[in-house]
Amino acid sequence: MKLALGPILYYWDRDTTLGFYEEMGDAPVDIVYLGETVCSRRHLLRLQDYLDIAQRLAAAGKEVVISTQTLIESENDLKTLRKIADNGNFRVEANDMGAVRRLANKIPFVAGSTLNVFNPQTLDLLAGLGVSRWVMPVEMSREALMSILRERQAQPETEVFSYGRLPLAFSARCFTARHHNLQKDDCQFKCLDYADGLALKTREGQPFLTLNGIQTQSALVYNLIAELDTLQDAGVDVVRVSPQAHHTGEILRLFRECMEQRIAPAQALSRIEGLMPAASCNGYWHGKPGLDFIREDTLGLTTKGKSK
Amino acid sequence: MQHKIELVCPAGSLPALKTAIDNGADCVYMGFRDNTNARNFAGLNFGLDNAKEGVRYAHAKGKKVLLALNTFPQADTWQRWTTAIDNAAELGMDAVILADPGLMRYAAKTHPELRLHLSVQGSATNYEAINFYHEMFGIRRAVVPRVLALPQVEQLMDGTRVEIELFGFGGLCVMVEGRCALSSYATGDSPNTRGVCSPPKAVRWEDTPKGLESRLNGILIDRYAAGENAGYPTLCKGRFDVQGETYYAIEEPTSLNTLELLPELLRMGIAAIKIEGRQRSPAYVEQVTKVWRQAIDNCCRDAGAFAVKPAWMAELGKVSEGQQQTLGAYYRPWK
Repeated sequence: MKLALGPILYYWDRDTTLGFYEEMGDAPVDIVYLGETVCSRRHLLRLQDYLDIAQRLAAAGKEVVISTQTLIESENDLKTLRKIADNGNFRVEANDMGAVRRLANKIPFVAGSTLNVFNPQTLDLLAGLGVSRWVMPVEMSREALMSILRERQAQPETEVFSYGRLPLAFSARCFTARHHNLQKDDCQFKCLDYADGLALKTREGQPFLTLNGIQTQSALVYNLIAELDTLQDAGVDVVRVSPQAHHTGEILRLFRECMEQRIAPAQALSRIEGLMPAASCNGYWHGKPGLDFIREDTLGLTTKGKSK
Repeated sequence: MQHKIELVCPAGSLPALKTAIDNGADCVYMGFRDNTNARNFAGLNFGLDNAKEGVRYAHAKGKKVLLALNTFPQADTWQRWTTAIDNAAELGMDAVILADPGLMRYAAKTHPELRLHLSVQGSATNYEAINFYHEMFGIRRAVVPRVLALPQVEQLMDGTRVEIELFGFGGLCVMVEGRCALSSYATGDSPNTRGVCSPPKAVRWEDTPKGLESRLNGILIDRYAAGENAGYPTLCKGRFDVQGETYYAIEEPTSLNTLELLPELLRMGIAAIKIEGRQRSPAYVEQVTKVWRQAIDNCCRDAGAFAVKPAWMAELGKVSEGQQQTLGAYYRPWK
């Protein structure tokens, strides 16, 4: 299996972002996804900046993929989309069917998780248009994935979002601006203040969701580090880690060590827990509510409990 | 001849379908009684016999019936969706409303005469996406997610020949439809996978010393003080705590109502206005259909003189969630 780093889902200041990718040049990761996928108002890095970073990462031996914005609403969004599709250098991750239209039958591309590939028929159809890798929807279970992989005709690589707060929903409304009683068009770029998103809890203090501009994420961190053997057995080719404000390099190293079986899954899990901004969840992979956490203990017994 | 906007009304049952037709719907939309549609609730929807009677009733009065097959077929049960397509063709449905590309290909190949509409669950918010479905499968109409401002809808229409249908009234999804997994994160079931959002089986009400609490799979969605109106715990419409402040962090319990935009929608050439609410009662369908029929007819007669009647708003207010209404994203500052 290969290890991938997803696009940064948050809004970090320019120096932080540049420093982050400087570090990633040396990180044990095979594939790096780059680009603004959440909000068109985030402009501290322009497409050209990402293409420059892409050059540097490619020179460091990484496969680089440019990711498109997920919610495309305006003519400006479409202009950026076309520039990405026509960049001529790097593979593109399509996160909207509009992007698929720009890329289809031209060059190989990646089908992002928001394209909602839920069955082998749709996967084969996209493969016929040039999809060389697809990212499973975050809410899909291992069992459902295995059904797809059993029945599909085409053989694009399969990637699974395996670590990070889950991108669960996209809206036209900006919930970070709403929290500050600001309109989206005058958001004052409040997202810059929340490097790992803005925590939303229930009225009894249970961490529930994370507000990240127009995107809503899980509060818990989806974490399949202890399940890598089941990913491998299911036929997964690429494991994706989503960037967080701190320790991303260490998390990638732990995933790498675990993939190469240099560290036991249980040990990897206990070490990674000290690096996480919140507790783990993995319910989706087991066909349960996403926020459940199912821990395989050393005896092979399963204990179930909700993370609080 | 003035451009005509079709009024598309929800039919969760045969009585609701007949009520909609009798009160002025141009079209009704329905689903079969399983997870092939996004209102997969117990006691709702149509078996084959009822569907047949519904189509007969509507066609006898010169009205259309659309079938929503707008969830994503799962690998193990793919055939349930293709059988539904075959049944739709057999029943003489005027169109099927689809979200899954694989299923669209099946429909286009197997039943080339069957008209295809792109469901709102297909998440198409720009003309490139809509044209993709048009070129690949020949879709004739797209239902656009409730996330675009009106000028953005107009821009979208400039880029495509596909007819556009907009939501006019009813429950308001704040998230891009088809791209929201909040419900499965909390309960295991979502619109994409099971055709439900915040499913009733996960709901629990509890009277506590702190107030009436609504929970979804144990997660506290809201708590009501004495005298407060309690609403269904749709999880994006609860009150939550963000940095010590408790409020409707995502959206208030409110309904979309675009009545006042009618002249603008007419001018833009919107093909159809959709009323949400297949899970609602025939009484809801009757009230909403009546008001919208009158409003559309008034507007088509003389758009310049069109004014929203207070009586219409009062009627619609009675059946709105939390008795509140909003223009939603069509009005940009909402965002």
